[in-house]
Amino acid sequence: MYDGWKIIIGIIIFLGIATFPILYDLGKAAPPPPEPKIDTPEIKKMVEKKCVEPKSLMKIEHMVMLKDWRDWYVREGRSIYIAADGKQYNISLSNTCMKCHSNKKDFCDKCHNYAAVVPYCWDCHIEPKEEGQL
Amino acid sequence: MSISRRQFLKIAGASAIVGLGGISAIDILQRGQFEASQVSKDPKALVGKRWAMVIDVKRLDEETMKRCRDVCHRIHNVPDIDKPKEEIKWIWKEDFEHAFPGQEHEYMGEDIKQLPLLVLCNQCDNPACVRVCPTKATFKREDGIVMMDMHRCIGCRFCMAACPFGARSFNWRDPRPFIKKENPEFPTRMKGVVEKCTFCYERLAIGQRPACVEESKGALIFGDLEDPNSEVSKILRSKYTIRRKSELGTRPSVYYIT
Repeated sequence: MYDGWKIIIGIIIFLGIATFPILYDLGKAAPPPPEPKIDTPEIKKMVEKKCVEPKSLMKIEHMVMLKDWRDWYVREGRSIYIAADGKQYNISLSNTCMKCHSNKKDFCDKCHNYAAVVPYCWDCHIEPKEEGQL
Repeated sequence: MSISRRQFLKIAGASAIVGLGGISAIDILQRGQFEASQVSKDPKALVGKRWAMVIDVKRLDEETMKRCRDVCHRIHNVPDIDKPKEEIKWIWKEDFEHAFPGQEHEYMGEDIKQLPLLVLCNQCDNPACVRVCPTKATFKREDGIVMMDMHRCIGCRFCMAACPFGARSFNWRDPRPFIKKENPEFPTRMKGVVEKCTFCYERLAIGQRPACVEESKGALIFGDLEDPNSEVSKILRSKYTIRRKSELGTRPSVYYIT
């Protein structure tokens, strides 16, 4: 093999770089999952603390729901969502979801940052003003 | 182990059927979490088949036009950008010769040239912008409103090239710093999308007429063309009205009484 040692050193360096992220985290516990806060004034006022749909469903499927809401409202012009328990809600991110969850930083951002997802909702939709913000 | 051609084809065929069947079974089972049947229109919503507007130019003046423009731009978070090439407008004042090109002539008096004309998206019945949009970001609703779905707009500006009325504006930059006071109930836009008047679909959905109509003290009249008893239908039957560039065949829904 011509220049064999060069090739072998190259392979070792490559393997070192390629496996570094795995080796670096080896044996370390995963960072604890975030706990989004639901202690906003609006939610504290509620007698029965309940979202549009059950928490378990919202946790996993809220993005599907928001996408459906978006299409129903913008494309089909239907603005009332009837939840499984028969309660009616206005389809609106800023005026329904964020009226209760007015703590975007401690609610939305917490999990989204943890999972490294960057939803583009806030490029257009106006987030509620939080304390310490202009 | 050897396998005959016949056996191979049998196995391949059977696994293809199982695979495809499985995929569609998953599709069917997974649907239904947020069924479309769980959604309805607001009972308060104004319902029409083809919304239209009549602009009574005789009842317009500078102050009314400014109020109409200001209320529209305020509630829809339209930025106030001072450069003509980057400005964004939903409803604005226009000269006669630009609103109705070809209708002007050199013997026209100054008072006609200076008529207080308000122009906005014509909500055409045969909209050129909808035909050219490659993503269906702009589309015609059942009630005739030519609507924008900002989630889909890719900023190609075909619609701006197609619109004969210049009713569309492009966001060359992030509009937020140019909005004096944000209306938190309505979204802003982002850099790289096209926007225009949407006949206040968000107000119609809760039973209110468009904001400019409310603000115009009767100079702008809003209604359904398909309803013979609506105010716009009555006016169009009894008075002489003109539309902008009707010769182009886009069938505008904004009529002018001059």
